[in-house]
Amino acid sequence: MSTNAKTRIVGAPVPRKEGVDKLLGRARYVDDIDREGMWPGATVRSTIPRGFIRSIGFGRRIDWSEFTIVTAADIPGKNHVQLIFADQPCLADGFVNHCDEAILLLAHPDKHKLREAVAAVHIEYEPLPPIFTIEESERQDVIVWGSDNVIKSFLLEKGDVDSAWPHAAHIVEGEYRTGAQEHLYIENNGVIAEWSEESGITVWGSLQCPYYVHRSLLAVFDLPEDKVRVIQTETGGAFGGKEDYPSTLAAHAALLALKSRHPIKMAYDRMEDLAATTKRHPSRIRHRTALDRDGKLLAMDIDIATDAGAYSTLSSTVLSRATLHSPGPYVCPNVRVRSRAWATNTVPYGAFRGFGAPQAIFAIERHMDEIASSIGINPVELRRRNFLHDGDTTATEQVMRDPVILDQLLDRALRESDYHAKRARFAVENETSAIKRGMGIAAFYHGSGFTGSGERYLNSLAGVDVTLDGKLRVLVANTEFGQGTNTILTQIAAESIGIGYDDVIMAPADTSVVPNSGPTVASRTSMVVGRLIERACLQLVSMLHEHAGLREHFTSEEFFAASERYRAAHDEVVSLVRYEAPPNVFWDDQKYRGEAYPAFAWSVQIAQVAVDTVTYSAEVEEFWAVQEVGRVLNPVLAGGQIEGGVAQGIGYALYEKVVWQNGHMANNQMTNYIMPTAEDVPPIHVFFEEIPFEYGAFGAKGIGELPHDGPAPAILNAIKDATGTSFRSIPLLPEDLFQQLAAREIVEEAAAI
Amino acid sequence: MRGNPGAHEIVAPGSLATVLDLLANAPGEWTPIAGGTELMVAHAAGRLAAPKLVSLWGIRELRFINTAVDSISIGAGTTFRDLRLDTGIAAHFPLLAKAASWIGSIANQSRATVGGNLVNGSPAADSSPALLVYDAEIELVSVRGNRRIPYSEFHTGYKRNAMAPDELLFAIHLPIRFARDRQYLRKVGTRRAMAISKVALAGTAIVEKDVIRELRLAAASLAPFPVRLYSTECALLGKTIDPSIIQFARDVLLAEAKPIDDIRSTAEYRKRVAANLLEEFLRELRSEISPK
Amino acid sequence: MSRSLRTLRFSVNGKDCAVQVPPMKRLLDVLREDLHLTGTKEGCGEGECGSCSVRMSGELVNSCLVPVLQAEGADIQTVEGLATNGILHPLQQAFLKCGGAQCGICTPGMLMAATQLLSINPHPSMCEIREGLAGNLCRCTGFIRIFDSVISAAAENRTTEQATHAR
Repeated sequence: MSTNAKTRIVGAPVPRKEGVDKLLGRARYVDDIDREGMWPGATVRSTIPRGFIRSIGFGRRIDWSEFTIVTAADIPGKNHVQLIFADQPCLADGFVNHCDEAILLLAHPDKHKLREAVAAVHIEYEPLPPIFTIEESERQDVIVWGSDNVIKSFLLEKGDVDSAWPHAAHIVEGEYRTGAQEHLYIENNGVIAEWSEESGITVWGSLQCPYYVHRSLLAVFDLPEDKVRVIQTETGGAFGGKEDYPSTLAAHAALLALKSRHPIKMAYDRMEDLAATTKRHPSRIRHRTALDRDGKLLAMDIDIATDAGAYSTLSSTVLSRATLHSPGPYVCPNVRVRSRAWATNTVPYGAFRGFGAPQAIFAIERHMDEIASSIGINPVELRRRNFLHDGDTTATEQVMRDPVILDQLLDRALRESDYHAKRARFAVENETSAIKRGMGIAAFYHGSGFTGSGERYLNSLAGVDVTLDGKLRVLVANTEFGQGTNTILTQIAAESIGIGYDDVIMAPADTSVVPNSGPTVASRTSMVVGRLIERACLQLVSMLHEHAGLREHFTSEEFFAASERYRAAHDEVVSLVRYEAPPNVFWDDQKYRGEAYPAFAWSVQIAQVAVDTVTYSAEVEEFWAVQEVGRVLNPVLAGGQIEGGVAQGIGYALYEKVVWQNGHMANNQMTNYIMPTAEDVPPIHVFFEEIPFEYGAFGAKGIGELPHDGPAPAILNAIKDATGTSFRSIPLLPEDLFQQLAAREIVEEAAAI
Repeated sequence: MRGNPGAHEIVAPGSLATVLDLLANAPGEWTPIAGGTELMVAHAAGRLAAPKLVSLWGIRELRFINTAVDSISIGAGTTFRDLRLDTGIAAHFPLLAKAASWIGSIANQSRATVGGNLVNGSPAADSSPALLVYDAEIELVSVRGNRRIPYSEFHTGYKRNAMAPDELLFAIHLPIRFARDRQYLRKVGTRRAMAISKVALAGTAIVEKDVIRELRLAAASLAPFPVRLYSTECALLGKTIDPSIIQFARDVLLAEAKPIDDIRSTAEYRKRVAANLLEEFLRELRSEISPK
Repeated sequence: MSRSLRTLRFSVNGKDCAVQVPPMKRLLDVLREDLHLTGTKEGCGEGECGSCSVRMSGELVNSCLVPVLQAEGADIQTVEGLATNGILHPLQQAFLKCGGAQCGICTPGMLMAATQLLSINPHPSMCEIREGLAGNLCRCTGFIRIFDSVISAAAENRTTEQATHAR
């Protein structure tokens, strides 16, 4: 349709739609909002990682009659918050499976008395032995989930891996680990809930997916759809951390609202948010790879294990994406990926930007550099020899029908970063310098949108209408949380019709107003939802041509005039469309074969890293990100997404560590959970290539998660380049660098004597 | 916010004399609060065990930097931003100016006070190593009068100090006599800004023809409180700096240092990095020409 | 002496205010709850994230760490005091043009830190900009476009200055 057309608004750096309010400090986040008669709510949480709840005692110094107390017994419907499986209780009922699991809810008009009351609830447990690691779970001598601790498993097979080993010139093995990562949105989780006889439950909150919350509340409260209303408030960052968790928080607040008959606000402080909400799944990924004499891949045998925490949340889909991204952007005739998500007694892990891909790509891209040094081919050349090209098939036998330009991306990244010259210079300088420098590469794809038939299953509905005061309004349940949803969707609408950017507004993300256009996840908003808006706009124009006398070429005024004529005859001016799958996208969920994703975004990233051998600190000095994303809808927003994703990826690699003590996050404060500051981020150079994707809005593919996939392996590859030492685990802190580098220093010193 | 503002009494008498009377009349009952950058964190975490607070903020008698001929006196209520802006500190005590720039952030520097930093007594205190190598003297004040002690005697244990219950830290006095010294300060944190120190090393030295004539070394996070590294200094005094002396000094430091494992770092890392910092300092002393 | 409310006076964005609050209430909470200025945000309560930054008597402070008693008599500027009659301050315009705000939650504090920086140092180097903003955490932008915004605003100042001198 529109993919190659010249555009005036799409592709232009129009200002952020809600930017002015944010800059004025007028944007209203959930904690800025008060409702009349509102009480604060609080949660009493488990202090042990696993065991029976034997008794709940209420301290004598508190007048409990003033409080609303909610337990599992108060749940009208089902005591579970279901994202995929229905294994996670809304409130623990007799048993806890992780530290900080919610047991009891309290509400009181005075927040100080509320705090005291939380401390005055005494819970007696009968502890059971907990398990905290993938290895402990794999041993299966303590079963904490289902019959075998395995929440989900996949097997992906292409060709015959075991036939390749005897003929291989090289076989290289490696094990790679990634740790938990916290989203650290600057706005903590928070919701306000109200209950009334007439309206049922209304929830306002910092969230990504109003309809996910809606669906969860229907089950918990056993209410019909029109008796639950969910409204997203301005959201201060999400990154996946507000995809699943808000369903639990909304249910909690609504339970208190129902019982107390007061509006309830539950806004976590940083300590509670860090300790009790979801984080990125830790992983252990093993590679065994066969190559021929020229370094071409013959077989990849991959074993993926993720730590899911105590309940499944989204672990199966995270595992799925990890599985599908684990072989990397390479051609390989024989692939086997065995993946499992293991349950442990830690706080359940959930969605986080990348959703399994950062873990998988860390492993394969580190492994490629290990292969390179093992067989004596440089990392650039090794990748070139194995890159996917047009017409090649992936591990799921998906044929690359759209152009794949990894070579060009690599060329550009090498050129912009001056890779070869720098490596040569560093090799000389490192001899005598206490600061060792290196360059590292990562090449990868990120599948845009939901896997396989996911979008068909979502069956999204979206569209536009025209308001009484003459604005075109976008009707979607997709949310803005900084990534630019409001801006790009209104750009698309304005462009599709041919009116001004300022003529278009967003409808509030309110389930009583907008249709279910699916969640704001999986980098699907531009590509899938944008496409729906495009189609809905064209459909609207067509309706006005046919029924309201709109001419073929029209001005904005004429468009709105025609809309009013249409409204006069039909009472409303609205155009909705349903998702249509691109043709030739077939996915077999049983065999794990076929078109895994309708489109892929491609990227090569290069990191320049300096390792200080005095302090064992590694810092990224400069970073280059080159990506092919279909179409850049807004260059300022797109650039900002890449830069932000890279910064988070740098944190993932070098700074961010969750310290667990007996299943509780011990470093649950910003002073101890370390993200890079303005003094730590390097210059980040961003370059876009565009090969419009036929079925994405104006050619767009997904962009939000892609940049977080590459920094960790690129950085650790650079550290290997700088020091000659391989590190296979992140976060890689100075203390970890010290252990390996210092051990080497002692050996070298001994050798020198 | 887990603290209850209504559960705390806070007064701001505005004058030093009134504050001292308060402390004298009810020793141990009043907790002084200066810029609040420590106590308010505890307040928000619901851990401020101080029912009565007396605010020192805005008491002019405590906030001064007086440069005399042979010393500079810094009032305990002086903020780190004050220190950074002062030309006397920059000229005579550059390590202290440097340390001040490493405290938290600009917003923290405008509120955190030197007195607060010392009285809080964290082993990782940013200003302490510099103050120790500059032979700082602490002046304490109470209704009973003033007294001075060497800063090196101020800390007596983990978060314990030599102050009597009715005393306030009044000033820090620094002797102006380090113009000929080579000076070193390095802090190792979790990131470049807003980082609590994992280990820090400060040093002042007079070196003639590679022989160490005078040496002061101090560290953060190698002991329950910031300390001078006397054993390491002894091992180096009068010695010619060469690779074997550097190795020897490293070994003495590794034995003298008693860091712990904590949430931020490990004892092994701290010891090793401290030794590396020492080596870095000693190598600088060898390779540079003496300052004029 | 009882643990009661105190009447405290200070000015906010040029307007005199009086509040009756517990003197240990955080300045942040007084601004948000008693004065209904919700532009200033709480991100951590520890003085680490800077989203509560305001300017107090010419200094940048984390308002979550200031007991309101210590703000008595001070001149306080919050994000609400930047724009004039709804017209964006040049710094805000720069943020809008350069993409310095994404989710917006760090933005008020960031604007205060940038305002403070430019008031002391109208033409900061990149190093000085990084230092000036180091106490304000942004999880969305990676800081890059925030730097661009400050540089753009500083350049505008330079242009304005030059124009003024040229007259």
